[in-house]
Amino acid sequence: MNTTSENLYAAREPIFPKRVYGKFRNLKWAVMLVTLGIYYLTPWIRWDRGPNLPDQAVLVDLAGRRFYFFWIEIWPHEFYFVAGLLIMAGLGLFLFTSALGRVWCGYTCPQTVWTDLFILVERWIEGDRNARVKLHRANWSLRKARLRMTKWIVWALIGLATGGAWVFYFADAPTLMRDLVALQAAPVAYVTIAVLTATTFVFGGFMREQVCIYMCPWPRIQGAMMDNDTLTVGYRDWRGEPRGKARDASAGDCVDCMACVNVCPMGIDIRDGQQMECITCALCIDACDDVMVKLGRERGLVDYLALSDAPREEAGEKPRPIWHHVLRPRTILYTCIWAAFGLAMVYALFIRPEIEMTVAPVRNPTFVTLSDGAVRNTYELRLRNKHGQARMFGVHVSGDLSLNLSLEATAYSAVQVPADDTLRVRVYLTAAAASDPATQSETPIRFWVEDLGNGERAHSNSIFNGSGGRQ
Amino acid sequence: MGEPRKDDLTGRETMGHDFDGIEELNTPMPRWWLICFYLTIIWGIGYTIAFPAWPMISGATAGVLGYSTRGEVSEQIEAHEAANAELVSELVSVDLAAFDPQSDLHRYAVARGASVFRAQCSQCHGSGAAGAKGYPNLLDNDWIWGGALEEIARTVRHGIRNETDTDAHWSEMPAFGDLLEGDEISALVDFIPTLPVADWDSPGGVLFTDNCASCHGDTGLGDRSQGAPNLADAIWLYGGDPDSLTQTVTYSRFGVMPAWGQRLTEADVRAVSAYVHALGGGE
Repeated sequence: MNTTSENLYAAREPIFPKRVYGKFRNLKWAVMLVTLGIYYLTPWIRWDRGPNLPDQAVLVDLAGRRFYFFWIEIWPHEFYFVAGLLIMAGLGLFLFTSALGRVWCGYTCPQTVWTDLFILVERWIEGDRNARVKLHRANWSLRKARLRMTKWIVWALIGLATGGAWVFYFADAPTLMRDLVALQAAPVAYVTIAVLTATTFVFGGFMREQVCIYMCPWPRIQGAMMDNDTLTVGYRDWRGEPRGKARDASAGDCVDCMACVNVCPMGIDIRDGQQMECITCALCIDACDDVMVKLGRERGLVDYLALSDAPREEAGEKPRPIWHHVLRPRTILYTCIWAAFGLAMVYALFIRPEIEMTVAPVRNPTFVTLSDGAVRNTYELRLRNKHGQARMFGVHVSGDLSLNLSLEATAYSAVQVPADDTLRVRVYLTAAAASDPATQSETPIRFWVEDLGNGERAHSNSIFNGSGGRQ
Repeated sequence: MGEPRKDDLTGRETMGHDFDGIEELNTPMPRWWLICFYLTIIWGIGYTIAFPAWPMISGATAGVLGYSTRGEVSEQIEAHEAANAELVSELVSVDLAAFDPQSDLHRYAVARGASVFRAQCSQCHGSGAAGAKGYPNLLDNDWIWGGALEEIARTVRHGIRNETDTDAHWSEMPAFGDLLEGDEISALVDFIPTLPVADWDSPGGVLFTDNCASCHGDTGLGDRSQGAPNLADAIWLYGGDPDSLTQTVTYSRFGVMPAWGQRLTEADVRAVSAYVHALGGGE
């Protein structure tokens, strides 16, 4: 065992992705524009909810324990909607991965999008691949320092905008913006912005592909999600090998120009086959197609292809059509489960009541005997008003007509519940001496609460405890 | 034992141990680990100087920063009391007879009273205020000394039949075992549970009018000014069965409650009174 010379640490090989043109690059630009646009602009969308509620379309109000999404308002006890969305996101990821490989990683993952943006900035300031390689190898000079400083400052500003946009999801954006500029915002806002600025700067500027390779668990899980019919970015080695000069008639189509390697943001050679590092961003397809067109050869030496088509193509047959690969029992099953969750949540959203009630009987003691021999039970009701205005809630009880209901601290059987809030109120039920509920040990009852404004009702079952022969 | 030597195979130093030819390579802790280890020792020494640490014969070293967990707690309590100071001064001055049960001050009083009750009152009256034999149930609508808020506050402040407070409620029922014959007591015990619809010409009724009515009232409805319980209602502090009643009539009862005005602040007395009053039986 000779361990003295062996170093388990592999230093990072710097990667200088080259500018590429083509349909997948254009698609990625469009995706970047849309995803960044959604991220930066969403907090600024206004949505009128009336005078008592915030007018921000998307708002996570941590202090008020509310989540607002356009016309939907989620209370903490409705967190299952968020859980459902997470399940749908997970199933969606399974679906897309089993059909199209790591399409999430390659196009929409924030790490990919921001890294792409950072590389774009890098290219604007320091030039394309060759200029960057040269600059990297050059000794420190005034020019190098100037270019590096410019690049880092722009990166830091992008990071600041990223961290800044994040906090706007948690407070009223225009107010927070004013407070931030006036240095009057909460410390947690500044700390959050600082942390996210730093992570964006470091992850997008310096760690880049290392985040995908070493930090992210998804590349490890994807192996279980993909099979031979999954469309991934691959190299048609039966067409490209052996590599050789373009003039050489005995060589394959690959002229070993390294275009695919030079554009790869992960620093791999797709011609080595499927690799864990590959995020299927498809830039190598654009790069190779460009060369093939110039050489007058057929496109698609590097292409989206399924492993199951490789033997057919090698035998000279046509590959099966794309829908053959995408529409498989597996992907159909994922789609069905995904849709079932979605439909169930939409259904739950529409039948969601605007008023709710929970009843907690006071059990210490379970009943009280009054001086005239009547038996009284006490209940704690939580009345929930999800409307944007205060509402009068009427409370009554059914199950035994002889029960007499009264509310704490009021002579009326109705209380006002504040807008978008929960009110706790004690309710007394009294059964006259020697009546059935007073003498039985238990009488099932049902509390009803009615919004006196629109007649909407909610109910909750409970028990009236009688003496049951005990004193 | 051998001497430390260079191992041929790995090129590394050995520890010098030799057990039947088996030697151990010298694999020192990494330098960064050692430095961290020494730093934790230095940190530990500094910590024991700065904070309370070393046990002495009585107590422990105080630490140069003067920190103590008790000091932190009392600071938090002070901050809490300072924050509530305005409510407390309002509570102390509010007119109990006209205390609005819908007001924020009343909500504060009930919440404060609930914690006072659990700490001071629940030992006798129970954590749910349902009482026990000899300790009144505070949830019902039967009050021996009065159930209005200011009456409850008076009872809490001065107590019942205690000798520490001259304003305490005071009354004493005679032990009728010394005054009546056994068969007379039996007649009373038979008569009392029939109240209020009773045969006043029966032996028990005549005995009641002669002996009990002066305190418990001509019809047995009690007298709050003397703390004489209502004998015609469904609630019995010591039990309404013949054995308990015989015991009560023969030997009398003497329930005592401390004067909480001597132990609690005025704000706490008022708060716990408001809590008890709001339990459902307040008048």
